Amino acid sequence: MPVNVKSAGLATTVQDLGRPGYYHLGIPIGGAMDRLALRAANMLVGNDEGAACLEAVFMGPELEFNEDTLIAITGAELPPKIDGEVRDTWTTLKVKKGQVLSFDYLRAGARAYIAVAGGIETPANLGSRSTYAIGALGGVNGRAIQPGDVLPVGNASVTIAEGTTIPANLRRGPDKPAELRVLPGLYAHRVSERSLDRFFQDTWKVASEADRMGYRFQGGAPIEFVDREPPFGAGSDPSNITDACYPYGSIQIPSGTEPIILHRDAVSGGGYFMVGTVISADMDLIGQLQPHTETRFVKVNMHTALSARRERAAAIENMRQALA
Amino acid sequence: MEIHEVRAMLPGVFYRKPAPSDPNYKEEGDAVSKGDVIGLIEVMKSFHEVISDADGTIRAFKVENEDAIMPGQVLAEIEG
Repeated sequence: MPVNVKSAGLATTVQDLGRPGYYHLGIPIGGAMDRLALRAANMLVGNDEGAACLEAVFMGPELEFNEDTLIAITGAELPPKIDGEVRDTWTTLKVKKGQVLSFDYLRAGARAYIAVAGGIETPANLGSRSTYAIGALGGVNGRAIQPGDVLPVGNASVTIAEGTTIPANLRRGPDKPAELRVLPGLYAHRVSERSLDRFFQDTWKVASEADRMGYRFQGGAPIEFVDREPPFGAGSDPSNITDACYPYGSIQIPSGTEPIILHRDAVSGGGYFMVGTVISADMDLIGQLQPHTETRFVKVNMHTALSARRERAAAIENMRQALA
Repeated sequence: MEIHEVRAMLPGVFYRKPAPSDPNYKEEGDAVSKGDVIGLIEVMKSFHEVISDADGTIRAFKVENEDAIMPGQVLAEIEG
């Protein structure tokens, strides 16, 4: 049952839970920026949690369905409309053959996930359908969807009752200001103690240069570096290091001015120092930050990071139970 | 006379001109046609044209050049 793309939105891509295992070759994991929302969307239409969905950023596409089916929209508060009638997010919706899904203006968050019963079945590359446009992997011919595309959809296996919904207390979005928990380290020793404290005290704002590769922030105090002789292979700027691996979630601050958090489509290495890493439990939240969102970095230790990871796993389990 | 509102589809920064040294796309009082570019929105390292979806005269811009904007926010009013 194919779905016709009538209009594409801004940069709407096919995403699943990504392609782990190739980062050492420079190919990032990719996949949904907000993995919890993708899992939830799939649960609501009876798919495997890692089935491919559409990830729409800031504005939605227009899609026409060729058969009766179930769909669900999760993540950002991007109100779906079926033949012009506004429907609920985080809820199992029925669409009939010939009906058109469109979207109203974004109310909150940044990325919405559109699941279709059966999952989107564009060809997989390296074990994933996730679109990695820079590497031309996954998606529709390695790119974002375009008007005129016809998206193949698999066969639905389980039927979920129309109107099934994820309880509000199990949905998750950023607070105001957004708080991202950070484990300091990697190259934090390059920064003066006073400056590192200030980094965690300041309120930053999401810059307009924020995408699947990285999120840039502005508005905090410039970093003060510890004096040094540049090591062999490092550039002369105090923010340079001898090239090293970049973890997902790592925060680099080129020239000490604007922090950049690397996200799912991260580059795997380079020559900027990293002040720390956003904990895995908070990576989904970054994907829901709009430009200009006020954001604070909260210093945590490894113990807190690991218990937060367990809490996220428990939250997904609660979601499964709520729908069972 | 009917007032038509042009709204932002995207969050980001609104610009009234194609480049800092260029004149504004449109001034208040200018005639516009459906499909005319009246500004740009910068988001995710790219610029997106704001297109008028009505014919008429620009009555007012409701945001300043380089203002941060939200989806659904009214950018301009067109009288036609």
